[in-house]
Amino acid sequence: MTTIDAPRTPHTPVTKNRRVNWEKWGWLYMRASGILLVVLIFGHLFVNLFLGTGVKQVDFAFVAGKWASPFWQVWDVLMLWLALIHGGNGMRTIINDYAHGRPRQVMLGLVFAAVAILIVLGTLTLVAFDPCPTGADPSLLPSFCPASSK
Amino acid sequence: MSEVAVVEESAGVPGGPIQAFTVTLIIRRFDPEVDAEPHWQDFDVEMYPTDRVLDALHKIKWEQDGSLTFRRSCAHGICGSDAMRINGRNRLACKTLIKDLDISQPIYVEAIKGLPLEKDLIVDMEPFFESYRAIQPFLIASDKPDKERIQSVAQRAVFDDTTKCILCAACTSSCPVFWTDGQYFGPAAIVNAHRFIFDSRDEGSQVRLDILNDKEGVWRCRTTFNCSEACPRGIEVTKAISEVKAAILRGNPGLPSSDLVLTPVGA
Repeated sequence: MTTIDAPRTPHTPVTKNRRVNWEKWGWLYMRASGILLVVLIFGHLFVNLFLGTGVKQVDFAFVAGKWASPFWQVWDVLMLWLALIHGGNGMRTIINDYAHGRPRQVMLGLVFAAVAILIVLGTLTLVAFDPCPTGADPSLLPSFCPASSK
Repeated sequence: MSEVAVVEESAGVPGGPIQAFTVTLIIRRFDPEVDAEPHWQDFDVEMYPTDRVLDALHKIKWEQDGSLTFRRSCAHGICGSDAMRINGRNRLACKTLIKDLDISQPIYVEAIKGLPLEKDLIVDMEPFFESYRAIQPFLIASDKPDKERIQSVAQRAVFDDTTKCILCAACTSSCPVFWTDGQYFGPAAIVNAHRFIFDSRDEGSQVRLDILNDKEGVWRCRTTFNCSEACPRGIEVTKAISEVKAAILRGNPGLPSSDLVLTPVGA
């Protein structure tokens, strides 16, 4: 039979510790990023899948064209960070609710690692993306590059 | 002949006397002196449509098995002693009519979840009352008025809903966060904090908001609405919790200013 710990006995006299209240800011972040993500994701889907010739237009050239514009670079970086932290924080709260002890630590570590790696990789891709790198094998370059051999 | 007519008239109910029916109750029993684990036991009882689950429990205890253990005090939905899980839902046994349940199936009765089980339908309520005490559920006021503390109708309406709590623990023990983490204050404590935070006569709002702005406070609420569904008094528990969250973000309860127009008596 499992018994649960008693809630804190006589409540800790409201200590004025001015440390960041992560639970509060996490809760606020979920609301704010949620609203932003609705706009960003549906805007993304609308532009990619509906405007122009629709889903058929999505290929390497289409993505390269979008990322040539700082507007879409910022849009995608925002979407990447907001969505990954939003999802990661959601997983964190679920793990905190249902896991205890060592498994909780391990799972929190895995979630944090996944979020961090994806954010770093994604941001690097978005910022440093160059469809026609100089000095590359011409046969590997897409056809719209000046140096392409296709 | 005339005698028969009189009898029929005095019965007074269309369709003759009230029909009794037999219903099966399956109760989760646990005797800490004998059992290692709780087990289910069934009882057949004859009941009337006017009977409640509490009456069935009484009938079992008085006529079939005197060892059945449960709490009840007023038996009329005010004291909050007999909250239990009936067919998987937290209810008061004294407010649940058996005919309103599906009587073609057995009725499952067990203790509320998330609190330490002591015997049969009785749990240790102490953790629940400890978090209730922690939010300081009493008026904190520095002034000593000669007469009553005056409050307008609008000011009273703000916290009217949360004054209805009877501390039965149906909400807190229906909360999935509380089931896995007994450190969480739970809906009932937050409801009772709400009752004073939003009371214009009280001066301790800031203290209570600080207490609930804790790691185990309102931010653990996942808005699953289990508490609102479980409340036998119909309190909108989830709404109250959200109002406390908003008050913490705002930094104050944001009470309506007094709109009282005081006119001298006899003017």
